Amino acid sequence: MVFYLTLGIVVLILVWLVVMYNGLISLKNQVQNAWQQIDVQLKRRHDLIPNLVNAVKGAMQFERDTLERVIGARNRAVSAKGAQEAAAAEGQLGQALSRLFALMENYPDLKSSHNVLQLQEELTSTENRIGFARQLYNDLVARYNIKQQVFPTNLMAAGMGFALADYFRIEEAEKASPRVDLSLN
Amino acid sequence: MRCPSCGFVQFDAPRCKQCGALSPTPRQPVASIVSPPGFSGPATATRPSRLVRPLNLYDQQARNRRKTAFVIGFFMLLVIFLGYGVDRFVIGSGFSISLWDVSLFEPSRPRPSRQVAFPVATVAALGVGTLTAWLGYRNGDTLVLASSRAVPLATTDLKSRQLDNVVEEMAIASGLPKPRVYVVPDPDPNAFATGRDPAHASIAVTQGLLEMMGREELQGVIAHEMSHIRNYDTRTMTVMAALLGTMLLLHDWSARSGSWRVRDSSDRKGVGAGQIVLFILWIVLVALAPLLGQLIAMSISRSREYLADASGAELTRNPMGLASALRKLQEATAPTRSISRGTAPLCICDPLHHRLDDGKGFWADLLATHPPMAERIRILEAMAYASSAGPINFA
Repeated sequence: MVFYLTLGIVVLILVWLVVMYNGLISLKNQVQNAWQQIDVQLKRRHDLIPNLVNAVKGAMQFERDTLERVIGARNRAVSAKGAQEAAAAEGQLGQALSRLFALMENYPDLKSSHNVLQLQEELTSTENRIGFARQLYNDLVARYNIKQQVFPTNLMAAGMGFALADYFRIEEAEKASPRVDLSLN
Repeated sequence: MRCPSCGFVQFDAPRCKQCGALSPTPRQPVASIVSPPGFSGPATATRPSRLVRPLNLYDQQARNRRKTAFVIGFFMLLVIFLGYGVDRFVIGSGFSISLWDVSLFEPSRPRPSRQVAFPVATVAALGVGTLTAWLGYRNGDTLVLASSRAVPLATTDLKSRQLDNVVEEMAIASGLPKPRVYVVPDPDPNAFATGRDPAHASIAVTQGLLEMMGREELQGVIAHEMSHIRNYDTRTMTVMAALLGTMLLLHDWSARSGSWRVRDSSDRKGVGAGQIVLFILWIVLVALAPLLGQLIAMSISRSREYLADASGAELTRNPMGLASALRKLQEATAPTRSISRGTAPLCICDPLHHRLDDGKGFWADLLATHPPMAERIRILEAMAYASSAGPINFA
């Protein structure tokens, strides 16, 4: 009787270990996959920017500064090495782009060009995709980390070689830029 | 984030710029739109239970799988019972399941010999039922799309390009494969999603919706449909739509298949009470089958609209986009002609614009396919209020 009871408990623990391990592995892969997705969208952003700049530079000659900053930021982002550097470069590129979009509002000619509108739509979508890919990545990271940290998984996760994943944090500079202060003090 | 003590909007730093109050909680990296337990904003108070409970995707998916199984099971039982009745009362082959047979209640009496006759109608009904259940599961999306004359989206002009992009964005946000995109040539705004699982999903919007909605509104609508796909609502609803159609067909067939009479039982001494009850039950069921089917379809479809609104808002993190889209849908009162009755529970708003949908109470709860639009908009706006206030202070 005692033997079977012990056997039953051992089997239960084994089943729990297997279920836990598989759950963590599945989430780990989802996290990695979401990270890849961010990369894919960043690549798309890099490919689209030269087209947009070419399409608008005729009409926006007086904004040479802005255009050069966009191209410069884009080239730095393409050649960035490592997650840290890439995140910083992408942050600057995002800022430069939003400035360009804001300035484009001043040029009615651009608004009537089908080509520019199309490119603008593609870039808007890309910016959204990057945002949503980040959002998914962060949500998955949160789930992955929570799963590792809850009891009793926290007793085993580290021993099985799982580590907490990092959130994709938005750079402080980028976070502050679009904010408009409308308060009166 | 809003300062809790003075209401100053830009309360980002550890200390409020206006009144100097200390930040109660550190800013979270991912702010969830769904209110945490215990939070009751001013506008959410009317229907708190829908908002407060955190949505568990897996529970919802499991519930939908169970419901699909239940719907198919119920449908099969109904079909078998209809066929059995035709056999017994109309054709008169006398086949019976022994549990219901009179001889069971009167064991002393010998079983009549004609009980061994082949149950033609039961087997036929079972065959048709199995086939349609399977077809509804495999090809229900094709049927639904074909019946509303949806055509694959051609990304030629800016607006359709935008729709395609928005669908891609929402697919990324939900982590699912991108569904196929269709357009229904109808000027009335509406949208639906179909497909047996996320890998075989389609989203269809009407031409009217495409032309009417701005980018953020379109995003809200697509996010709503994407959540239907993610929750496996589309599987349940598509199977349901296909089965409902078949049920109507079978109903007509069994009602017309012969004269309405109880088979002459002169070789017995009177008809057993069990048999009469069975016969009445059968007649009632034949008469009510389509209504029953619709009632089930409606009750299953209504509650999940709220849920799809909420998880759609969770995808875009912008409840106002969907709220504004719903407002436009509410104002459009012309019926969506291209969308048939069977597809109605799949749509984002009732294509027939029943007045009932705007009401509350028992009858509206029982018969409307969609929850009241005003209620849906209010809940979404309450979410926007909660999320603009930033992470909520749990203390």
